[in-house]
Amino acid sequence: MTIVFYLIAAITIAGALAAMLLKSTVHCALALTIAFAGLAVQFLELDAQFAGFAQILVYIGAVAILVVFAILLTRGSEAPKGGVFSKSWPAGLAIAAMVFAVLGWAVLSSTSVLPNETAKPTVSVLEIGNALMGRYVLPLEIIAVLLTSALIGAVIVAKHEKGSAK
Amino acid sequence: MIKNADQIFVLLQHWVMSFFPHALQSLVGVLLSVVSIICVFPALFAISVLLERKGLGRMQNRLGPNRVGPLGILQPVADGLKSLTKEDIVPTSADAVVHFLAPVFLVVIVFMGYAVLPMGRNMTLVNLDAGLLFFFAMGASTELSVFMAGWSSRNKYSLLGAMRAVAQMISYEIPMLLASLVVVMMTGSMNLGRIVDVQNQYTWGLPHWYIFTPWGFAAFLLYATATTAESNRSPFDLPEGESELVAGYFTEYSGFKFALFFLGEYVGMLSVSGLGATLFLGGWSAPLAILNWVPSWIWFFGKVMLSICVFIWLRGTLPRLRQDQLMNFAWKFVLPLSLLNLIVAGLWRFMGEGLTRWVVCSAILLVAYVVMARVGMRKERFGPRSYRYAE
Amino acid sequence: MIGHVTALQGYLLLAAVLFAIGLAGALTRRNAILVLIGIELMLNAANLNLIAFWRYGPHPEALTGMMFAIFSIAVAAAEAAVGLGLVIHIYRFTQTTDLGQMNRMKG
Repeated sequence: MTIVFYLIAAITIAGALAAMLLKSTVHCALALTIAFAGLAVQFLELDAQFAGFAQILVYIGAVAILVVFAILLTRGSEAPKGGVFSKSWPAGLAIAAMVFAVLGWAVLSSTSVLPNETAKPTVSVLEIGNALMGRYVLPLEIIAVLLTSALIGAVIVAKHEKGSAK
Repeated sequence: MIKNADQIFVLLQHWVMSFFPHALQSLVGVLLSVVSIICVFPALFAISVLLERKGLGRMQNRLGPNRVGPLGILQPVADGLKSLTKEDIVPTSADAVVHFLAPVFLVVIVFMGYAVLPMGRNMTLVNLDAGLLFFFAMGASTELSVFMAGWSSRNKYSLLGAMRAVAQMISYEIPMLLASLVVVMMTGSMNLGRIVDVQNQYTWGLPHWYIFTPWGFAAFLLYATATTAESNRSPFDLPEGESELVAGYFTEYSGFKFALFFLGEYVGMLSVSGLGATLFLGGWSAPLAILNWVPSWIWFFGKVMLSICVFIWLRGTLPRLRQDQLMNFAWKFVLPLSLLNLIVAGLWRFMGEGLTRWVVCSAILLVAYVVMARVGMRKERFGPRSYRYAE
Repeated sequence: MIGHVTALQGYLLLAAVLFAIGLAGALTRRNAILVLIGIELMLNAANLNLIAFWRYGPHPEALTGMMFAIFSIAVAAAEAAVGLGLVIHIYRFTQTTDLGQMNRMKG
């Protein structure tokens, strides 16, 4: 495994840790952006260029901004009273540690012959387009319906209702 | 000889690379290209700033700057010296880390967009297969730095300006993507080099540029509108209008950081002009087949500077749009028209060669424009004035 | 146990670490938006898993893993939008995003 992998993995994990540990919500959102960027570079390392650029475009260009807007609209930038972690935080931490232990054990003790390190897949956007319109056309249409319904739903949920209690 | 003039930068690069051992050659080649991009585009930025101030001045019936150097040509040098030596003030309650990182982030991301632009024959830094997607991914990331700048200043006006700017940028991102998507659809590739190659053909001496087709013309106009809004330029510059919000999201920046924001904005403008030239105006190809002897990079930079002049012209001519008018315009006019444009482009492809498709497609687009612009955006009837106070 | 770690195992471990961090954050933070951030991290970790298996799997030219990851990105974006809309709506009623204070069924 190359030095690039270790470097980007370190940055990603640092960003994710900062996103979950910092006090200020906006700083958490910005650290999340660093984690997203690190993951996009990992996708590029794995020769999945379309997925990497789509990750930057969608996550950093849209989801991060959405999160930041929501933080600002709900006054999340003020200091919270009563601490930032819930009262049962040891339980949450223990559960996460156990999940990681199980996953890590499953990964490290597997004896599969899977790794295909020599053949580098060259995927062109043309092939992705053909696949989307050919083999994966049903998921594509379902995603379109899903996104439309999510759009309408989010607008309805978040808009001001006329005459309701503010 | 003509070919040498056309490829002069490529030949220079190969000549410098030949001095280095074989293992280092590709690294040196890439470094040379990167350094030349970082030198050329800020130089173009200086020229654009000067052009803008003189041009706006003439449009407003006054001379622009004319003290520094003959006809004010050295004004950008004076501006640069001023911003380098000005004191860098950071407000006490500002978030120091984010405040520092915002202009850095902006400038880095904006320069990344140049990696995929074909600036001449064989003159693309990285000929990515998904080049257009990469460019738009970089464009989408700049919005976050605008927000960072506005939020970290702990200033109500900055935050308001930043929110407005981000809302405007997200709204106009979709029409920009859809307008470019038409070009991808008709070319069959997201590779910018391939898009230019397809437009580099000539029929009766006239080029196959996409702007000369009905859907391409509509897409170009929509793209121009969307990128004017994306760069926060007039008439969409409410977030940074001087008379509205002090200076918007970069109120609290002074000295070099302000210069970096300014640089980032203009370099961003240059890069979207470059992309517009690549997608619609044929990139580095000449307008007439007989003019092919002029080097390709001259055509590219000429088209970019022409777009900058059009930006400056728009700034001097049109009044500023209000925020709700701007958002209305994006979601209710530009977006439906760009979707319609996609359909019309598909119709164009399936109608086969001939005059019919020109007439039909132009007719559909014109009718849609007239219906939506004249009828759909008519002013609302004004009732009695109602007040809504802040709670 | 840790003999030679292949590249695939490296990526899977990275994904597991990110998943665990996201899970820990989603379970322990009080702000509703930070819980959503944790969920986004978990989805991203799953995406990394998918792409790693696509790359090192037997048939990368079938594009299954990359398609799955792209659809997952789209679904995650939609879910983030709806989730944040809900958080904003709840904020309007309770004037807080603190999950520790949302312990009543009434209202």
